[in-house]
This record gives sequence, C-alpha cells and structure tokens, in this order.
Amino acid sequence: MIPAPFDYVAPSTVDDAVRALADAGEDAKVLAGGQSLLPVLRVRLAAPTKIIDLGKVAELRGVREEGDHLVIGSMTTHYDVQRDPLIAEHAALLARATDTVADPQVRHRGTFGGSIAHADPAGDLLAPALALDCEMVIRGMDGQRTVAAADFFEDFFTTSLAPDEILVEVRVPKHTGWHAHYEKFNRVAQAWSMVAVAATVRTDGDTIAEARVALTNMSSVPVRARGVEEALVGQPATAESIRAAAEHAAEGTNPTVDGNADVEYRQHLARVLTGRAISAAMAG
Amino acid sequence: MRITVTVDGTSYTDDVEPRTLLVHYLRERLGKVGTVVGCDTSNCGACTVHLDGHSVKSCSVLAVQAHGSEVTTIEGLARDGQLHPVQQAFHDNHALQCGFCTPGMIMQSIDLLSDNPDPDEHAVREGLEGNLCRCTGYQNIVKAVRDAAHHMRPGAGPEAERVTGADTGSRTASSVGGGGE
Repeated sequence: MIPAPFDYVAPSTVDDAVRALADAGEDAKVLAGGQSLLPVLRVRLAAPTKIIDLGKVAELRGVREEGDHLVIGSMTTHYDVQRDPLIAEHAALLARATDTVADPQVRHRGTFGGSIAHADPAGDLLAPALALDCEMVIRGMDGQRTVAAADFFEDFFTTSLAPDEILVEVRVPKHTGWHAHYEKFNRVAQAWSMVAVAATVRTDGDTIAEARVALTNMSSVPVRARGVEEALVGQPATAESIRAAAEHAAEGTNPTVDGNADVEYRQHLARVLTGRAISAAMAG
Repeated sequence: MRITVTVDGTSYTDDVEPRTLLVHYLRERLGKVGTVVGCDTSNCGACTVHLDGHSVKSCSVLAVQAHGSEVTTIEGLARDGQLHPVQQAFHDNHALQCGFCTPGMIMQSIDLLSDNPDPDEHAVREGLEGNLCRCTGYQNIVKAVRDAAHHMRPGAGPEAERVTGADTGSRTASSVGGGGE
C-alpha cells in the first residue's frame, strides 16, 4: 500500500521545524523515526497534507549530562539508547525497556521521543518515563515549556503537546546505582505489550530504600503503582516481601479489553509481572 | 522532490514523490527487485536493507528520508560472482524453503553479526525477531547464521580473508564480511 500524497520538508534546526509546523496548520504531522507513522500512513489510517521530518535536525540527537539529570534528545534512536553509557549508568530502566521494543530494524530507526510523543498505551517507554519522573521539554512558536511525565500523557495517543509543538528533549533524573528491570508480556515476537511493568529499586544493604514502579497498557495512559512502591520501602528484599507488595499492582488501574485479554486477566498479569520485575531487578 | 542515493555502490539522482516508500523506489525505479515486499504491516522483514550501515525495513522508510545516504540491498552483497559468506551459509545449510523471506533474513543476519560476531542460538533468534519465515524454516536459518559466524570469524581461513579483503577500519554492518559498500 502507498500513503496518500503529502508535502514534505526536512528542516535542519528545531527553530525551522517549529516554524514549518506552525505554518502548515493542523493537517501537518511530525515524522521522527517513522516506525509507527509510516505503517499508519501506508494503510491510510492518517493522511496528513504535510510531513515535517526531524531526521536532519542534528541537535535533537544524543544524550548529555546536566547536573543530576540526563538529557536525551528526542530523535535519539532506540539503538543508541540501548548502548548509551550514560543511560546505562544513570537510567538503566530506560535501556532495559528499550531492549524490548519491536525488533532490531525498528530500533535502528525508531526514536525515544517519537515513541513518547506517539503515546501508544502499549508503548514500552511511557511507563519507564513515568516511573523515573522524566520531564518533557517542548518547543513551540511561543517558546519552550517543560511538562512532567505525569501530566504529559493525557489519553490514548494523546499528550499535552499542542498541534504546533515539538518534543525536543526528555530530562531524566539520575537514578545512579538503582536496580532496574522491564518485564514485558506479549504473545509472539515483536508484538506489543499486553501488559508490562517497569521497576527500579534502590537498596540500602539488604533493605529496599526506594522503589519506582509503573505499568504499561493498564489504562489509556501509563500508570504509577504507588501502592507497590509504598509497600516495598523499608522492607527486606525477600521473595515474600516482593510478593506481598506486588499484590497492590492492579489498584486503581483501568485496562482496556481486547482480543488478547479482559480486565481481570490484565490485572492478574499486572500483579504477577510486578513481582517478576522487582525480583529480576534485584537479581540484575 | 529530487534525491540522491547511493545504492549498492552506485549513485542515483531521481525525482520522487515524497510518499514513495524506499522499497518501491528500489524495486520500481532502480529495478532492485531482489528486495521484496512481504506484508503491509511492517512485521515480516522481507524488505530489509541496510541504510548507512544499519538494517531497516525499507517499507517503513520514505525514499526522501534516504536522500544523501547509502543503501545496500541483497543485490549488492556478492563480489565478482562470489557470494557473501552469509549468502553462502544460507545456501550450504538449505536455510530456505520458498525463499521469499531470504533476502531480508540475509540482510538482517549480516547486521546481527556486525553487532555480535559469535551469537548463540538464542541471540540469533532474538536478532532475527523482526523477520518472519512463513514456511517456518527457522531451524536451518539459525544454523546458517551460526555457520556464517564461524566462517567470518577473524583468522577463519582463506575464504573469509578473501571476502573481507583489506581492512578498511570500518565495522559498519554491511562492511563486515565484505558487503557491497
């Protein structure tokens, strides 16, 4: 299948990209890695009149340190996130979740920011971004603003990005030395998560000092498992305490029903996978 | 829109519609029909090529996005009538049944081996996760990739040395084992 016709521009700076987006009006679409957008265009689920390709905007690629944060350019590919030494050291949860995204070809093209801005509830990078309290740096014609992950994701495929705004960077508070694991449950290779759990834990000796846990595909947006986090803090890192904490995983969740699973089964998965995620994080 | 792309070592300049997919540009404009289209969903990986040294699904890249880039297809692997070691390994191990997935399987296998020159069975299966064989001929495909790794390892003997040729110092996916870049 072939996409419907569109005009195409490939600006080389963020300023030019923002201007092009503002000029193009509401029927424009930003192209990041294209690994979700192009399949959608191909089957004509969308037919934007103008595509603004960020592929030539060099300033949007790469990872840098800024004090107690990492700053990840929105056009940094999944492949680069998987291999970045700063992310491995300070935000291992992002690397582990990215390992599970789609397949190698898609990870070569697909981008961190594109995945976040696309906001597919089954996308694997939303829950880690929420768990790590990331901040989204957004640029539009009116300047730059920063939105917390908890406020950024609004609904299925819907974020607080205005039609004329671009996600330029993601600021990640450093979680240096934290254990991390992303436990994904799907039916077949390269399938989207039915449910997945992002867990990262800081230990103090044998005790869990802090925990961040978030769930993929348990609502229209990623969900923080606060009950699990609170139950873990101060506990010894034993199988028993992890199992007890994981019982809280489905609290307050509102998963969708589809051909793969109903609500009850997804909530069961959330509890089981949370236990596995925390155990694997501690073991890793 | 005018694009210039180097494909299998030859530079092409063409006017294309922005909506043209890279795979359609390769097949219909350049006649590189060795790269095939197997699905409409980006799942099958049959259209895998290398774009600037990394494997991509050419159904999920616009031709205009490849402007200024180098593309290697299955047709650019053999040198002077000599199959690439991964092609040879697929032949030797009967790693195909109908053969439709083979171009993509081989391109992705070369990419895998550039990241991991000695993958175990699990790593091969993970590395080929984005490529589907509807004949379910996976056993021999995995065997072929491991056989290719064996033949491509440093000091593996005359054949591997011949195809890698003079070391260019680059280790892009396609250059490993003498890809046509």
